Amino acid sequence: MESRCYTRKMDGARFLVTQDPLETERVIQAVASAVDEAAAPTGAMTSFLGLVRAENLGRRVLRLEYEAYDPLAVKAFGRISTEAEGRWPDVTLAVHHRLGRLEIGETSVAIAAASPHRAEAFAACRYAIERIKQIAPIWKHEFFEGGDVWIEGATADPDDEGAREDAYRRACV
Amino acid sequence: MRVTVRLFARLRDIAGATELERELPVGATARTLWDALTTEHAALSPYRDSVSTAVNEEYAKMDTPLADGDDVAFLPPVSGG
Repeated sequence: MESRCYTRKMDGARFLVTQDPLETERVIQAVASAVDEAAAPTGAMTSFLGLVRAENLGRRVLRLEYEAYDPLAVKAFGRISTEAEGRWPDVTLAVHHRLGRLEIGETSVAIAAASPHRAEAFAACRYAIERIKQIAPIWKHEFFEGGDVWIEGATADPDDEGAREDAYRRACV
Repeated sequence: MRVTVRLFARLRDIAGATELERELPVGATARTLWDALTTEHAALSPYRDSVSTAVNEEYAKMDTPLADGDDVAFLPPVSGG
């Protein structure tokens, strides 16, 4: 089997919302395409997948339906990436989020971080998922045994410094 | 002036519409528009302190002054990931 080269330039949107199933390989290729290898040669990549869990708050979940304000969601991913670059200057991020109907076990969000060293890649990946939960204009409609409910988490305020610091602390545990 | 309103998730379910057009007085803010919507749909009122807004596809504050033709979105607390 041919070994893959993750520092070769390939196509792929870095920040994306899509109705199509997500693939780890695609988000990793997207981040690889965006890295400036001359400035910060890649030595580590981390990826994170969020999955549809079969249980939530004691409810047996049947499926989720995700909805987004698409253009603002893509901009929010870009903003999160810029924030992460401010904390970890050599890190590059890519974020793909699924929309529409998802079954148990399917991937709802895929994040990849590339960095010269592992610590920054792990931290930036964690920071990104924490910030997505805080400020990405995306909503999950949970269908469970016996009913359905819109999940409402954080009030989205990108300028909330406290929320940003909280995400940073979680990223650096 | 006339603006477009976009509603998402439970806000849309309450109002029964994804997109609305509303006439507003000059000097109106996103808050003015939100208050008008809560008058039409009382079930929106509990979101007074948790709703976010975006004007022309950028996050904005509720006291942002609106202009004719603006595209104003109201966002309930988010739950992506």
